[in-house]
Amino acid sequence: MRVVDIWKSYEDLEVLKGVSFELGEGEVKVVFGPSGSGKSTMLRCINMLNPPDKGEIFLRGQNINSSEVNINEMRARIGMVFQNFNLFAHLKAIDNVSIGLRRVKKFPKEEARAKALESLKSVKMEEWADHYPAELSGGQQQRVGIARALAMKPDVILFDEPTSALDPELIGEVLQVMLDIAKSGTTMIVVTHEMGFARAVASEMIFLGEGVIIERGTPEHFFVSPESERVKSFLQQLDILYGSHEKLLK
Amino acid sequence: MTDLPTIPDIIFYILGRGLYHTLLLTALGLLIGFILGMLLALMRLYGAKELTWFSIGYEKLFRGIPLIVLIYVFAFGLPEIFWYVDPLELRLGSVVLALSLRSAAYQSQIFRGAILSVTPEQMEAARALGMKGSQSFRYVVMPQALRLAVPSWSNEYAVVIKDSSFASAIGVIEMSQAAYLVSVNFHEVWALSYLILAIIYLCFTYPITRMFGERQAKKLKKFGMGGG
Repeated sequence: MRVVDIWKSYEDLEVLKGVSFELGEGEVKVVFGPSGSGKSTMLRCINMLNPPDKGEIFLRGQNINSSEVNINEMRARIGMVFQNFNLFAHLKAIDNVSIGLRRVKKFPKEEARAKALESLKSVKMEEWADHYPAELSGGQQQRVGIARALAMKPDVILFDEPTSALDPELIGEVLQVMLDIAKSGTTMIVVTHEMGFARAVASEMIFLGEGVIIERGTPEHFFVSPESERVKSFLQQLDILYGSHEKLLK
Repeated sequence: MTDLPTIPDIIFYILGRGLYHTLLLTALGLLIGFILGMLLALMRLYGAKELTWFSIGYEKLFRGIPLIVLIYVFAFGLPEIFWYVDPLELRLGSVVLALSLRSAAYQSQIFRGAILSVTPEQMEAARALGMKGSQSFRYVVMPQALRLAVPSWSNEYAVVIKDSSFASAIGVIEMSQAAYLVSVNFHEVWALSYLILAIIYLCFTYPITRMFGERQAKKLKKFGMGGG
């Protein structure tokens, strides 16, 4: 996947001012930065929920935002996990996962169900298949949200602050699932401030500030020798919140 | 001098002579009102500007006219166009038309509100899976909107079944007209017959509004539908 110079503004507010990066097969990109820096907007541009004003996005060489491409087909190849889960409230967990397989990939009912169950297993939610979202904890809902994205076997999955709406004790189970699928070779772009997760699986980290990439590098680069003052002070703030990132390196 | 009718006599008379027409008028009024109301709601929400205006105008018009006026307009008007149709059928048709056109105005508001209270994130999640807009609407937004509409809709049912009694004004014998006939023929039991009529209407409305109104509303809340 290649993102080339995307720009996006809402009315007078410029949110993204030329963001570019590349993402290889099986890579995990972690994007972080202060709120309002355009992280979520960037993800929403990539799957065209909010199409960028300028710039191009290529998925396996295909230009997503060209008018000749069927955006629905492209979205089916780009998974999305939302901050607030956004599970379909009227559907059981299993149907939340299988609806895309049935309606988009046109799998027959039984096959879709079997694949959905498999996907629920991969997030350890198969025992909750017949429960409605409202009957699940936030962590469980998010795992179903991940299973919903996984089931489509997308080329890449976008995670939009997947743990920031969760109670602290529920974050672990979601991060564990994300670690598992990252290690099994899923290509991911993750907007998160979970630096432990970034340290464990990120192939590259991107620090976004005011709509531009301020600094990029490996986790080691960020935790040992970040260059810009902006990044340093941001990481210090995270330290105060979550404890020292240096501990994570041990 | 005939014997006065007993309570069971009155019950069976009201049901026997009136129930069929009451239920027929209510069912058709609600059904046609449902179809038109849904159409109006979709026009108002997703239609071109002219359709939106039409929908708004329609709602204002039919919410502002007394039902009895509509019934008389159709009762006088329809025979002039369909002179060859059986008069009773025309009278029933007039009431169905009046009930359904008015109900459509109210049902349109019910559905518009229900569709709007499905959070936009639900649509987004569906689009993000690769569903087309129409698929997202059909499989994600609409099923939730219909569930959300049930409590208000059960209220609309209660309104329509009660207002089907206006049919008596143009000589259709439904339940209220049957009770009226008992009263004028046996003046001694007029109060009893109207009491029984009231209880029968209550039996047709209360259990439904209770089950689909209050209980459904609680259930929807529990399921976290409609943005909490």
